[in-house]
Amino acid sequence: MSRVALVTGGSRGIGRAIAMELAGRGAAVAVNYARNSDAADEVVQAIQSGGGRAMAIGTDVGDAEAVTAMFSAVEEELGRVEVLVNNAGITRDDLMLRMSLEAWDDVIATNLRSVFLCSKAALRGMLRSKWGRIISLSSVSGIAGNPGQANYAASKAGIIGFSRSLAKEVGSRGITVNVVAPGFIATDMTAELGTDAADAAVEQISLGRLGRPDEIASAVGYLASEEASYITGQTLVVDGGLAL
Amino acid sequence: MERSEIEAKLTDLLVDELGLERDKIASEAKFEEDLEVDSLGVVELLMAIEDNFDVKIPDEDAENITTVSEAVDIIVSKLG
Repeated sequence: MSRVALVTGGSRGIGRAIAMELAGRGAAVAVNYARNSDAADEVVQAIQSGGGRAMAIGTDVGDAEAVTAMFSAVEEELGRVEVLVNNAGITRDDLMLRMSLEAWDDVIATNLRSVFLCSKAALRGMLRSKWGRIISLSSVSGIAGNPGQANYAASKAGIIGFSRSLAKEVGSRGITVNVVAPGFIATDMTAELGTDAADAAVEQISLGRLGRPDEIASAVGYLASEEASYITGQTLVVDGGLAL
Repeated sequence: MERSEIEAKLTDLLVDELGLERDKIASEAKFEEDLEVDSLGVVELLMAIEDNFDVKIPDEDAENITTVSEAVDIIVSKLG
């Protein structure tokens, strides 16, 4: 795949695995990060040492002007973005009765507003290419709901409705829009929940273990590939059987 | 650039970028009704105009473009 890919939140966890997967499939990869430039640089070096092309780019993906600038910078250095992976996400968990408006707004801005901004910025180039892949990371929380995650679940459910609508708008131009919904994956984000929560989750998972970031990344890599050319508007749940 | 020159260049764009038939393109032809360009196609046309004429067409102007001659008008006004 000699395409240019942009992975938001690509420096750590699932995003890092996705960046590596797409690079492994031959894409030049822009690794977006919010704060952790060392981690993003490390991903870029890992891709480059494998003979691939990559760049790190620090951008707040909830900021409209910053997103426009990010796409210009990536196009200049690597070329037109034809694979966009909306992966950036945060949690600010709390029971609804205790949840602050700020915790709501922050999560919606990083997880959902970013999907709007980055997809809009990417679409122009994809329309010109008459080819594009937009893959956004949702969550089983957005499908089944999860106590303490009203904000996070709303953002992740929003991504699904957004993607179905956009899939209908741009399908005639060779652009597919899909969603991958991970279950319980072992990352820094889920480590914050503690081992008791992880043990409890494992009991609900048919495969009897947490998922690995590379198991999400391979699903994203497939949806980004030519092989997935007839799949659009779908949500692929990758959760080891958690939501069954 | 003369108006006639702009018209000729726009006609080429409509043929090359949107795949329209050259002999159907008349100045009063409506993109959506007469030329069967879908709404996304109009957006693509505006992008092509921006690229090829080196102008910026703001969204509020874009809403007023429904015919070939209106597209020419906008390009003329943007080229000053």
